[in-house]
Amino acid sequence: MSSSEATLTDRAAVHDQGAKPSGQPSKRILVGYGFWVFLLSDIIMFSAIFAAYAVLSGATAGGPSGAQLFHLNVAAIETACLLLSSFTCGLAAIAAGVRSQQWTQLGLLVTGLLGAAFVALEVREFAAMIAHGAGPQRSAFLSAFFALVGCHGIHVSAGLLWLGTMMAQLYAKGFRADIMRRLLCFNLFWHALDIIWVGVLTVVYLLGAGQ
Amino acid sequence: MGKLTWSAIPFDQPIPMTASAVMLLGIAAVLVWVVLKGHLPYLWREWITSVDHKRIGVMYCMLAAVMLVRGFIDALMMRSQLALSTGGAAGYLPPEHYDQIFSAHGTIMIFFVAMPFMIGLMNFVAPLQLGIRDVAFPTLNSVSLWLTASGVLLVNVSLIIGEFARTGWLAYPPLSELQFSPGVGVDYYLWALQISGVGTLLSGINLATTILKMHAPGMSYTRMPIFCWTALASNLLIVAAFPILTATFAMLLLDRYLGFHFFTNELGGNPMMYINLIWAWGHPEVYILVLPAFGVFSEVISTFSGKPLFGYRSMVAATMAICLLSFLVWLHHFFTMGAGADVNGFFGIMTMIIAVPTGVKIFNWLFTLYGGRVRFTVPLLWSLAFMLTFVIGGMTGVLMAVPPADFVLHNSVFLVAHFHNVVIGGVLFGAFAGYTYWFPKAFGFTLDERWGKAAFWCWVIGFYVAFMPLYGLGLLGMTRRMQHSVEPSWTPLLHLAAVGALIILAGIVCQAVQLVVSIRTRQRRWDVTGDPWDGRTLEWATPSPPPSFNFSVMPNVTGEEAYWGTKQRAIKEQRLADEPQYVPIEMPLNSPTGFVTAFFTTVTGFALIWHIWWQVAFGLLGAFATFVVFAWRDRVEHEITAEQLAKIDRERRRVRTEALANRVPPA
Amino acid sequence: MIGVLNPAGPVGAGERIILYDSVAIMLAIVIPTMACTVFFAWWFRASNTRAKYRPEWSYSGRLEMLVWSIPTLVVLFLGGIAWESSHDLDPAVPLAGQTEPLQVQVVSLDWKWLFIYPQQHVASVNQLIIPAGVPIHFELTSATVMNSFFVPQLGSQIYTMAGMATELNLLADHPGDYGGMSAQFSGDGFSDMRFTVTAMPQAQFNAWVGTAHGSPPLDAITYAALAADHTSTNAMTFGSVIANLFHDILVMRPIAAAPARDGKGS
Repeated sequence: MSSSEATLTDRAAVHDQGAKPSGQPSKRILVGYGFWVFLLSDIIMFSAIFAAYAVLSGATAGGPSGAQLFHLNVAAIETACLLLSSFTCGLAAIAAGVRSQQWTQLGLLVTGLLGAAFVALEVREFAAMIAHGAGPQRSAFLSAFFALVGCHGIHVSAGLLWLGTMMAQLYAKGFRADIMRRLLCFNLFWHALDIIWVGVLTVVYLLGAGQ
Repeated sequence: MGKLTWSAIPFDQPIPMTASAVMLLGIAAVLVWVVLKGHLPYLWREWITSVDHKRIGVMYCMLAAVMLVRGFIDALMMRSQLALSTGGAAGYLPPEHYDQIFSAHGTIMIFFVAMPFMIGLMNFVAPLQLGIRDVAFPTLNSVSLWLTASGVLLVNVSLIIGEFARTGWLAYPPLSELQFSPGVGVDYYLWALQISGVGTLLSGINLATTILKMHAPGMSYTRMPIFCWTALASNLLIVAAFPILTATFAMLLLDRYLGFHFFTNELGGNPMMYINLIWAWGHPEVYILVLPAFGVFSEVISTFSGKPLFGYRSMVAATMAICLLSFLVWLHHFFTMGAGADVNGFFGIMTMIIAVPTGVKIFNWLFTLYGGRVRFTVPLLWSLAFMLTFVIGGMTGVLMAVPPADFVLHNSVFLVAHFHNVVIGGVLFGAFAGYTYWFPKAFGFTLDERWGKAAFWCWVIGFYVAFMPLYGLGLLGMTRRMQHSVEPSWTPLLHLAAVGALIILAGIVCQAVQLVVSIRTRQRRWDVTGDPWDGRTLEWATPSPPPSFNFSVMPNVTGEEAYWGTKQRAIKEQRLADEPQYVPIEMPLNSPTGFVTAFFTTVTGFALIWHIWWQVAFGLLGAFATFVVFAWRDRVEHEITAEQLAKIDRERRRVRTEALANRVPPA
Repeated sequence: MIGVLNPAGPVGAGERIILYDSVAIMLAIVIPTMACTVFFAWWFRASNTRAKYRPEWSYSGRLEMLVWSIPTLVVLFLGGIAWESSHDLDPAVPLAGQTEPLQVQVVSLDWKWLFIYPQQHVASVNQLIIPAGVPIHFELTSATVMNSFFVPQLGSQIYTMAGMATELNLLADHPGDYGGMSAQFSGDGFSDMRFTVTAMPQAQFNAWVGTAHGSPPLDAITYAALAADHTSTNAMTFGSVIANLFHDILVMRPIAAAPARDGKGS
């Protein structure tokens, strides 16, 4: 790191660690707390879509149901990709903690690739369903399916965009305090998407396929 | 250009054309004046790119005030159309137009008047009362403001280009689905509210984090001013409820844009689900609005009685109880949808339970007045009018919470009278009280009392004359949203209601005059010390207006009513506390991020409404680019030196020492 | 003056009692509260030297108890009323009567009301003729958007929704004309969506059914025209109705162009 970077980092680090003289929580705590509140609100949004899915899960309008459409093996692979990507994301966070640019970038890259694999598999699943006449316009059940799984997929995609930006930032500016805070937020976001996915897997795929 | 053609402009309809022309001329006149007078650089530097919670709060309130005028004009049109349509006349507003007006009226009043006003007050006051320098995320705060403005812009553009929704302010399906509302109106509604809804949600996250995590040293939760507690409850409700609105609107948008079947009549869609979801948001929403108003009244009644708020802990408990209970009552908005006696009964009882903490608050305000030395300033007058008016509205609400009573009153103008009773009597009166109370803090001079009292009386009398007849009309069987009157027996009451609207108009005119007169004669009413009302909370410890950093040194709080204790000690010892040690501080830099983001969201929203897909892509790209540019900043703060702090603070201390010496003890 | 406070049937009458009782109970709290507000503000005005200034008084345990109990007691009482009356006046609860209830099927269209008498095989638009003193059992649905069937003088309203059947029971004690409307906004023609309920003695009702059989049939073409015509508000009567019309509308099956069933045979 260059010396100016070090100064910026150190000063920010002083600001960041622990309570300031005024008794205020550090920026890291504030940012983390606020982001948690955001995540809770996002979970509530997903809950509303989950509720809609639950209400509409039987409204197949004479069309195909979940049992006929869902491929649990694909869902399993998607789950593996996503959960593994959370693991690599955690590794990247540890690497960032020890300020290793190389390992952090590698961890983030693998996270991104696994996330992209997840999205690709999902897009393929959607395309296949649409091609077979089981698109979201077919019935309310399918509308709810596409919306719920699709909303999660959009969040993952947005996460990938964010991830790319973070990788670029880390490369350009190093482990500055504000970038570390953003990395913390990204980690929280990525892990939260995992939690939502577990919900989706259970409610949509496992329960749906079992009917 | 997607669906957009020249025929989108209603050249053949004189009323929207005139309204649009007036609006555009007004905007143009203001812009020309600003630019010619050379104010633009100042406005850009100090206001548009400001991340200061005080400036943002003021701008929210200004937005609300302007939209109050627009929403009120809608109301005047509705009242006059009904009054003129008695006796079988057609009136001057055909249904296609009238339906847009009442939909716009409700949408504007809730989302673009009441919400921004309350958020503006919370933004301005909460950090000052907490003894801190700004909210947790200042730049995000600016983004929230400008996203709200983006929604406002889209709604107003619908007046000139296209049309607005004709579905009522909540756009129930299947009426709001493409089959029954093929035009762009519902799309304007949905995108404007989605965009401003994101802004509101971000604001909720911001203020909740601020109030929960950032306090002056020594200010524990139980020493927090009551306004901050009500603000906290309101923002927690925003965080919990607005995502439901986002999700529900997203579903309706998917139905309209991509042919999904969430709420359509065919292929399994379920309009009842929309009604449940939208009211699961809708009921907490009204508490989001009224809780900060309750906070304002607590502060005002306490200050102008010269006593602490009675039963502080009870008030806090009541506030948080209301916060929680507000999620358990939503079905009372559709008892007549046929859920059955058990479900209806449960929600009826829950609705009444929420009246308990509200009743507790009224009694505690009463006992705050008791034993006080009550000064009848304009804010206190608003508070008294609130106490008298709100209990009537609350009573009719509890009445309709009995399901069989609701069976004959649902969707009548009795309901309309009820909710105007509580929203005007509670939220709007609270907004006006807060506006008058904190105006000197924001601008350095108090408002003219005489015009304030004139406005007060016009509003209160006007409100009663306009809305009490509606209770009667509802009992006579008049349904809401009717474009013309159909019963001769309704005529006298409709005429009376129209007169009431005109009296309210006089009240609004008085408020406008009050503002102009107050600015013109401000030298007579400078707020020299920063404490014009003998206040009890920390915002009155700062100069008026406060410096950007609020407090040169963050105050040390040692008891309840932080500022009052400090003041009493100073009066007893006849001197201020010792001069503190000044240390340099960092304050966030201003940023155009909010404004630019909102520019792109407006572009995107408009493009989505008119199906101009390349423009959508452009707007989204622009928004993302703005985010990246913001994230790439190296300098995010600027330093304020100890010398600058000392200079400002020493002037503050000098003024207050002088005031202390000249102080006349109350009789 | 006609309206909710002049009920013409037991449902409306029951609801009026609730209105009066609830308001009376609440006024018992509201009026003293308002009086105290005015009195305290006036008595403790700053210029009144006789009033005792208690600048430190901000808590009293006993008052807190009182302040929480009063609303709680009122709410308990009203809550009991709410629970009981929700069950007694549930729209689906059949009404006591000496005769079998008359079945009426209601369909809300844009922007008019269709009433089908499945037992009599007649139908009418914007005019509901019923026998007085006889319980009427309604089955309701919508062929378009949400509406609400409401006759203020007879009592409860209920939503009509496409794909759903709601249920309502009403009774008109005495002969007379009672205005009805839609109470849920449904679009541009909503304000004109009024109808008249005419209650008449049973014998007269039977006679009306007889003459109604001479009216034109409600066949598929007529129904389609009715549904498509967004302006019609004139009262109409139909002498026969397509079989299962209400059910077909309810399940959103297209109304087939089959010959209308004659009311007499079938």
